[in-house]
Amino acid sequence: MTERVPVLRIGDVLLVSIQVDLEDQTVLNLQEDLAEQIVSRAARGVVIDITAVEIVDSFVGRMLATIASISRLLDAETVVVGMRPAVAITLVELGLSLGGVRTALDLEKGLALLRRAAADTDRR
Amino acid sequence: MAKQDSKSDLAGLLSADRERVVDQWIDSVVGSLKGRISKAEVDRELRELYAALVEALVAGGEDARGDHLSETRALLTELSRNRARQGFTPSETAISVLALKRAFEPALRDGSAEDTDRYLRLSRILDDLALFTIETYTRTREEIISSQATQLMELSTPVVKLWDGVIAVPLVGTLDSARTQVVMEKLLQALVDTGSEQAIIDITGVPAVDTQVAQHLLKTIVAARLMGAECTVSGIRPQIAQTIVALGIEFGDIVTKATLADALQLALKKSGIDLVAHQGGGR
Repeated sequence: MTERVPVLRIGDVLLVSIQVDLEDQTVLNLQEDLAEQIVSRAARGVVIDITAVEIVDSFVGRMLATIASISRLLDAETVVVGMRPAVAITLVELGLSLGGVRTALDLEKGLALLRRAAADTDRR
Repeated sequence: MAKQDSKSDLAGLLSADRERVVDQWIDSVVGSLKGRISKAEVDRELRELYAALVEALVAGGEDARGDHLSETRALLTELSRNRARQGFTPSETAISVLALKRAFEPALRDGSAEDTDRYLRLSRILDDLALFTIETYTRTREEIISSQATQLMELSTPVVKLWDGVIAVPLVGTLDSARTQVVMEKLLQALVDTGSEQAIIDITGVPAVDTQVAQHLLKTIVAARLMGAECTVSGIRPQIAQTIVALGIEFGDIVTKATLADALQLALKKSGIDLVAHQGGGR
């Protein structure tokens, strides 16, 4: 039985805090859970907190981009927060710049970013 | 038993005309160093060395890497380290050992075949010791160079906080992979430590930008973006702007500014800070 990463809800934002080592199956489960919950809870934003993640590979990098794409299709904005310097360097060296993913330094700034983005879309 | 005799013989060779040999040795070493070290100091160093060598030979050590000569090697290590730090050349360092051979030459001139044999054996030990000296000298120089490189690296990559939420890295000197790595790590760590969302990379002090340097800069900026910070490149001099265009380097959607002041203004604006001139102040 592989571990499942919990998906928490704060208002209309889903918070995923990754605290375990990411195995491939865990990542696939997370993608499924997240897609379901965005729909069932009508979420407008997703925050993925990777403060505790120390090691990444290209699979995890792609996972972040995939989740962002899935969420966007379901009309939710994704923000990746708390990336460590070493992780950022690794991703750059791997050639993954996570084009479509928004990033923020920490959870607080990530939530603020989502609020601003929501305000922008409402105005339009 | 005969071998034992010949070993103490070698020590005998050194002890026989001790004062004259040591004096001549010291004189030729002092001469070669051209007065950059006082005679008294050379005198002390070489006498200690000579005593250690005699002691080792009496004990029967003829192998320059053996246990008997460890004391001698320790003295030589100290000597060549000092020479390396004071900026002497390798020849000036090695001569401290090799001059001893010359000091024995007069004794050889009217000696027997046995004397020649002893001289040759001593000469072999001294050659090995001279090699050892040069090795130590080189190692010390390498240590000095690598420690200077580290110091230079630390000196030239400060990360400064310009405003709440705005940090800057003024880059000075040529950028290579190793330095970019340090800059990148320091910048990213500073972003985390200060919680800054705006970073400015100022390249006023970078003498030349080629494709590699640009590549390094782009990597740093992308890494900062991944962490959720925005980077601005400032201080691009007219000449460098021309080079960048001529090389066909694309900065894409990265914001570039001519001066650090412009970059700071932009960064403040992005963090929601307005700069307002004081009423009646200045112009």
